[in-house]
Amino acid sequence: MAPIGTLHYLVIAAALFVLGVIGVLTRRNVVIILMSIELILNAVNLNLVAFSRIWGLHGQVFSIFIITDAAAEAAVGLGILIAFFRNKETVNVDEIDLLKW
Amino acid sequence: MLHLSLFLIFGAICITGAINLLVQRHPINSALSLVVVMGSLAVEYLLLGAEFVAAVQVIVYAGAVMVLFVFVIMLLNAGEEEQTSGSRVAILFGIPGMIIGSVLLAWVLVARSGTGEVALGALPGSPRSIARLLFRDFLLPFEVTSVLVLIAIMGAVVLAARPEAVEHTKKEG
Repeated sequence: MAPIGTLHYLVIAAALFVLGVIGVLTRRNVVIILMSIELILNAVNLNLVAFSRIWGLHGQVFSIFIITDAAAEAAVGLGILIAFFRNKETVNVDEIDLLKW
Repeated sequence: MLHLSLFLIFGAICITGAINLLVQRHPINSALSLVVVMGSLAVEYLLLGAEFVAAVQVIVYAGAVMVLFVFVIMLLNAGEEEQTSGSRVAILFGIPGMIIGSVLLAWVLVARSGTGEVALGALPGSPRSIARLLFRDFLLPFEVTSVLVLIAIMGAVVLAARPEAVEHTKKEG
Protein backbone atom coordinates (compact mmCIF):
# COMPACT_ATOMS: atom_id res chain seq x y z
CA MET A 1 0.00 0.00 0.00
CA ALA A 2 1.07 3.56 -0.63
CA PRO A 3 2.76 5.40 2.22
CA ILE A 4 0.96 8.26 3.91
CA GLY A 5 1.87 11.59 2.38
CA THR A 6 1.10 15.16 3.27
CA LEU A 7 -1.55 14.91 0.56
CA HIS A 8 -3.63 12.48 2.62
CA TYR A 9 -3.78 14.92 5.51
CA LEU A 10 -4.73 17.72 3.11
CA VAL A 11 -7.64 15.64 1.83
CA ILE A 12 -8.99 15.10 5.37
CA ALA A 13 -8.53 18.80 6.15
CA ALA A 14 -10.36 19.80 2.95
CA ALA A 15 -13.25 17.47 3.78
CA LEU A 16 -13.49 18.89 7.33
CA PHE A 17 -13.42 22.44 5.98
CA VAL A 18 -16.19 21.77 3.45
CA LEU A 19 -18.35 20.06 6.10
CA GLY A 20 -17.84 23.04 8.40
CA VAL A 21 -18.87 25.49 5.65
CA ILE A 22 -21.97 23.40 4.91
CA GLY A 23 -22.85 23.48 8.60
CA VAL A 24 -22.44 27.26 8.84
CA LEU A 25 -24.58 27.81 5.76
CA THR A 26 -27.39 25.31 6.29
CA ARG A 27 -28.07 24.99 10.03
CA ARG A 28 -30.28 27.42 11.96
CA ASN A 29 -29.15 26.74 15.51
CA VAL A 30 -26.43 29.19 16.60
CA VAL A 31 -24.73 26.58 18.81
CA ILE A 32 -24.31 24.23 15.83
CA ILE A 33 -23.04 27.11 13.67
CA LEU A 34 -20.38 27.82 16.32
CA MET A 35 -19.45 24.11 16.32
CA SER A 36 -19.10 24.20 12.53
CA ILE A 37 -16.74 27.16 12.89
CA GLU A 38 -14.68 25.00 15.25
CA LEU A 39 -14.60 22.33 12.53
CA ILE A 40 -13.23 24.90 10.05
CA LEU A 41 -10.54 26.01 12.51
CA ASN A 42 -9.60 22.37 13.09
CA ALA A 43 -9.19 21.84 9.34
CA VAL A 44 -6.77 24.78 9.27
CA ASN A 45 -4.88 23.31 12.23
CA LEU A 46 -4.52 19.95 10.50
CA ASN A 47 -3.15 21.70 7.40
CA LEU A 48 -0.64 23.67 9.48
CA VAL A 49 0.61 20.62 11.37
CA ALA A 50 0.83 18.55 8.16
CA PHE A 51 2.86 21.28 6.43
CA SER A 52 5.07 21.80 9.47
CA ARG A 53 6.60 18.42 8.58
CA ILE A 54 8.07 20.04 5.47
CA TRP A 55 8.66 23.62 6.54
CA GLY A 56 9.72 23.28 10.18
CA LEU A 57 8.02 23.64 13.52
CA HIS A 58 6.52 27.09 12.96
CA GLY A 59 3.29 25.51 11.74
CA GLN A 60 2.77 23.77 15.08
CA VAL A 61 3.31 27.02 16.98
CA PHE A 62 0.73 28.69 14.73
CA SER A 63 -1.71 25.86 15.36
CA ILE A 64 -1.34 26.42 19.12
CA PHE A 65 -2.16 30.09 18.60
CA ILE A 66 -5.22 29.09 16.57
CA ILE A 67 -6.39 26.74 19.34
CA THR A 68 -6.12 29.62 21.82
CA ASP A 69 -8.07 31.94 19.52
CA ALA A 70 -10.73 29.29 18.98
CA ALA A 71 -11.24 28.96 22.72
CA ALA A 72 -11.57 32.74 23.07
CA GLU A 73 -13.98 32.87 20.13
CA ALA A 74 -16.14 30.09 21.59
CA ALA A 75 -16.32 31.87 24.96
CA VAL A 76 -17.34 35.21 23.43
CA GLY A 77 -19.76 33.62 20.94
CA LEU A 78 -21.54 31.60 23.62
CA GLY A 79 -21.65 34.69 25.86
CA ILE A 80 -23.38 36.62 23.07
CA LEU A 81 -25.74 33.68 22.61
CA ILE A 82 -26.69 33.67 26.30
CA ALA A 83 -27.23 37.44 26.30
CA PHE A 84 -29.39 37.11 23.21
CA PHE A 85 -31.38 34.18 24.54
CA ARG A 86 -32.23 36.25 27.61
CA ASN A 87 -33.84 38.86 25.34
CA LYS A 88 -35.61 36.83 22.68
CA GLU A 89 -35.86 33.23 23.97
CA THR A 90 -34.57 31.72 20.76
CA VAL A 91 -31.36 30.28 19.33
CA ASN A 92 -32.35 30.30 15.67
CA VAL A 93 -30.35 32.58 13.39
CA ASP A 94 -33.33 33.47 11.21
CA GLU A 95 -35.11 34.94 14.22
CA ILE A 96 -32.14 37.13 15.18
CA ASP A 97 -33.24 40.38 13.54
CA LEU A 98 -32.77 43.02 16.22
CA LEU A 99 -30.65 45.16 13.88
CA LYS A 100 -33.10 44.91 11.00
CA TRP A 101 -34.61 48.29 10.13
CA MET B 1 1.46 -0.64 7.72
CA LEU B 2 0.28 0.04 11.24
CA HIS B 3 0.67 3.73 10.51
CA LEU B 4 -1.47 3.52 7.38
CA SER B 5 -4.27 1.57 9.04
CA LEU B 6 -4.32 3.91 12.05
CA PHE B 7 -4.42 6.90 9.72
CA LEU B 8 -7.28 5.45 7.68
CA ILE B 9 -9.34 4.33 10.67
CA PHE B 10 -9.09 7.63 12.54
CA GLY B 11 -9.49 9.68 9.36
CA ALA B 12 -12.73 7.79 8.64
CA ILE B 13 -13.91 8.32 12.24
CA CYS B 14 -13.11 12.02 11.94
CA ILE B 15 -15.07 12.52 8.70
CA THR B 16 -17.97 10.38 9.93
CA GLY B 17 -18.15 12.40 13.14
CA ALA B 18 -18.20 15.65 11.17
CA ILE B 19 -21.01 14.36 8.94
CA ASN B 20 -22.91 13.17 12.02
CA LEU B 21 -22.53 16.65 13.51
CA LEU B 22 -24.40 18.08 10.53
CA VAL B 23 -27.03 15.35 10.31
CA GLN B 24 -28.09 15.25 13.98
CA ARG B 25 -31.07 17.44 14.85
CA HIS B 26 -30.42 17.82 18.56
CA PRO B 27 -27.50 20.07 19.58
CA ILE B 28 -26.26 17.72 22.31
CA ASN B 29 -25.75 14.91 19.79
CA SER B 30 -23.83 17.31 17.58
CA ALA B 31 -21.64 18.32 20.52
CA LEU B 32 -20.82 14.69 21.29
CA SER B 33 -19.87 13.98 17.68
CA LEU B 34 -17.67 17.09 17.76
CA VAL B 35 -15.84 15.48 20.70
CA VAL B 36 -15.28 12.40 18.51
CA VAL B 37 -13.88 14.61 15.73
CA MET B 38 -11.50 16.35 18.16
CA GLY B 39 -10.28 13.06 19.61
CA SER B 40 -9.58 11.44 16.27
CA LEU B 41 -7.83 14.61 15.08
CA ALA B 42 -5.58 14.35 18.14
CA VAL B 43 -4.62 10.84 17.02
CA GLU B 44 -3.85 12.20 13.54
CA TYR B 45 -1.56 14.79 15.11
CA LEU B 46 0.18 12.02 17.04
CA LEU B 47 0.68 10.12 13.79
CA LEU B 48 2.34 13.23 12.35
CA GLY B 49 4.63 13.28 15.39
CA ALA B 50 3.16 16.47 16.82
CA GLU B 51 2.88 15.23 20.40
CA PHE B 52 2.42 18.61 22.06
CA VAL B 53 -0.28 19.78 19.65
CA ALA B 54 -2.12 16.49 20.17
CA ALA B 55 -2.05 16.95 23.95
CA VAL B 56 -3.23 20.56 23.65
CA GLN B 57 -5.97 19.45 21.28
CA VAL B 58 -7.31 16.96 23.80
CA ILE B 59 -6.99 19.26 26.82
CA VAL B 60 -8.23 22.52 25.31
CA TYR B 61 -10.65 21.41 22.60
CA ALA B 62 -12.05 18.09 23.75
CA GLY B 63 -11.86 19.28 27.35
CA ALA B 64 -12.46 22.96 27.91
CA VAL B 65 -14.21 24.17 24.76
CA MET B 66 -16.56 21.20 24.56
CA VAL B 67 -17.50 21.54 28.24
CA LEU B 68 -18.38 25.16 27.46
CA PHE B 69 -20.57 24.06 24.53
CA VAL B 70 -22.36 21.31 26.45
CA PHE B 71 -22.87 23.67 29.39
CA VAL B 72 -24.51 26.31 27.18
CA ILE B 73 -26.68 23.70 25.45
CA MET B 74 -27.91 22.45 28.82
CA LEU B 75 -28.38 26.02 30.07
CA LEU B 76 -30.46 27.17 27.11
CA ASN B 77 -32.41 23.91 27.01
CA ALA B 78 -32.44 24.17 23.23
CA GLY B 79 -34.61 21.50 21.66
CA GLU B 80 -34.54 20.00 18.21
CA GLU B 81 -34.56 22.51 15.42
CA GLU B 82 -37.30 22.28 12.81
CA GLN B 83 -36.24 21.87 9.22
CA THR B 84 -37.16 24.25 6.46
CA SER B 85 -37.48 23.15 2.87
CA GLY B 86 -34.32 24.03 0.94
CA SER B 87 -34.44 26.72 -1.69
CA ARG B 88 -34.67 25.66 -5.32
CA VAL B 89 -31.97 28.11 -6.40
CA ALA B 90 -29.54 26.49 -3.99
CA ILE B 91 -30.21 23.05 -5.48
CA LEU B 92 -30.04 24.40 -9.04
CA PHE B 93 -26.68 26.15 -8.63
CA GLY B 94 -25.26 24.47 -5.54
CA ILE B 95 -24.96 20.89 -6.77
CA PRO B 96 -23.19 21.70 -10.09
CA GLY B 97 -21.01 24.18 -8.23
CA MET B 98 -20.11 21.55 -5.64
CA ILE B 99 -19.21 19.03 -8.36
CA ILE B 100 -17.04 21.56 -10.21
CA GLY B 101 -15.37 22.64 -6.97
CA SER B 102 -14.54 19.13 -5.81
CA VAL B 103 -13.21 18.13 -9.26
CA LEU B 104 -10.96 21.21 -9.26
CA LEU B 105 -9.78 20.46 -5.72
CA ALA B 106 -9.05 16.81 -6.54
CA TRP B 107 -7.18 17.85 -9.70
CA VAL B 108 -5.01 20.35 -7.83
CA LEU B 109 -4.28 17.86 -5.06
CA VAL B 110 -3.36 15.05 -7.45
CA ALA B 111 -1.26 17.33 -9.65
CA ARG B 112 0.77 18.48 -6.63
CA SER B 113 1.02 15.09 -4.96
CA GLY B 114 4.83 15.13 -4.73
CA THR B 115 4.77 16.45 -1.17
CA GLY B 116 6.67 13.58 0.39
CA GLU B 117 5.66 10.93 2.85
CA VAL B 118 5.33 10.93 6.60
CA ALA B 119 6.86 8.44 8.98
CA LEU B 120 5.59 7.71 12.47
CA GLY B 121 7.02 10.33 14.78
CA ALA B 122 8.86 12.04 11.93
CA LEU B 123 8.44 15.51 13.39
CA PRO B 124 10.57 16.86 16.21
CA GLY B 125 7.33 18.06 17.78
CA SER B 126 8.39 17.59 21.37
CA PRO B 127 7.30 20.15 23.97
CA ARG B 128 10.96 21.15 24.36
CA SER B 129 11.48 22.30 20.78
CA ILE B 130 8.04 23.93 20.58
CA ALA B 131 8.65 25.82 23.81
CA ARG B 132 11.99 27.03 22.46
CA LEU B 133 10.18 28.53 19.44
CA LEU B 134 7.22 29.81 21.43
CA PHE B 135 9.21 31.61 24.13
CA ARG B 136 12.03 32.88 21.96
CA ASP B 137 10.96 33.62 18.35
CA PHE B 138 7.25 34.04 19.05
CA LEU B 139 7.44 35.71 22.46
CA LEU B 140 5.63 38.91 21.40
CA PRO B 141 2.72 37.08 19.66
CA PHE B 142 2.47 34.84 22.72
CA GLU B 143 2.09 37.82 25.07
CA VAL B 144 -0.39 39.49 22.71
CA THR B 145 -2.41 36.26 22.69
CA SER B 146 -2.55 36.28 26.48
CA VAL B 147 -3.98 39.82 26.37
CA LEU B 148 -6.51 38.62 23.78
CA VAL B 149 -7.62 35.75 26.01
CA LEU B 150 -7.94 38.12 28.98
CA ILE B 151 -10.15 40.47 26.95
CA ALA B 152 -12.22 37.51 25.72
CA ILE B 153 -12.77 36.31 29.30
CA MET B 154 -13.88 39.77 30.41
CA GLY B 155 -16.14 40.12 27.38
CA ALA B 156 -17.75 36.74 28.00
CA VAL B 157 -18.39 37.58 31.67
CA VAL B 158 -19.90 40.97 30.80
CA LEU B 159 -22.06 39.48 28.04
CA ALA B 160 -23.32 36.54 30.04
CA ALA B 161 -23.91 38.40 33.32
CA ARG B 162 -27.43 39.56 34.12
CA PRO B 163 -28.03 43.25 33.31
CA GLU B 164 -29.02 43.97 36.93
CA ALA B 165 -25.74 42.52 38.18
CA VAL B 166 -23.77 44.77 35.82
CA GLU B 167 -25.74 47.83 36.97
CA HIS B 168 -25.14 46.87 40.59
CA THR B 169 -21.36 46.68 40.13
CA LYS B 170 -21.37 50.01 38.30
CA LYS B 171 -23.07 51.74 41.23
CA GLU B 172 -20.70 50.19 43.75
CA GLY B 173 -17.57 50.93 41.74
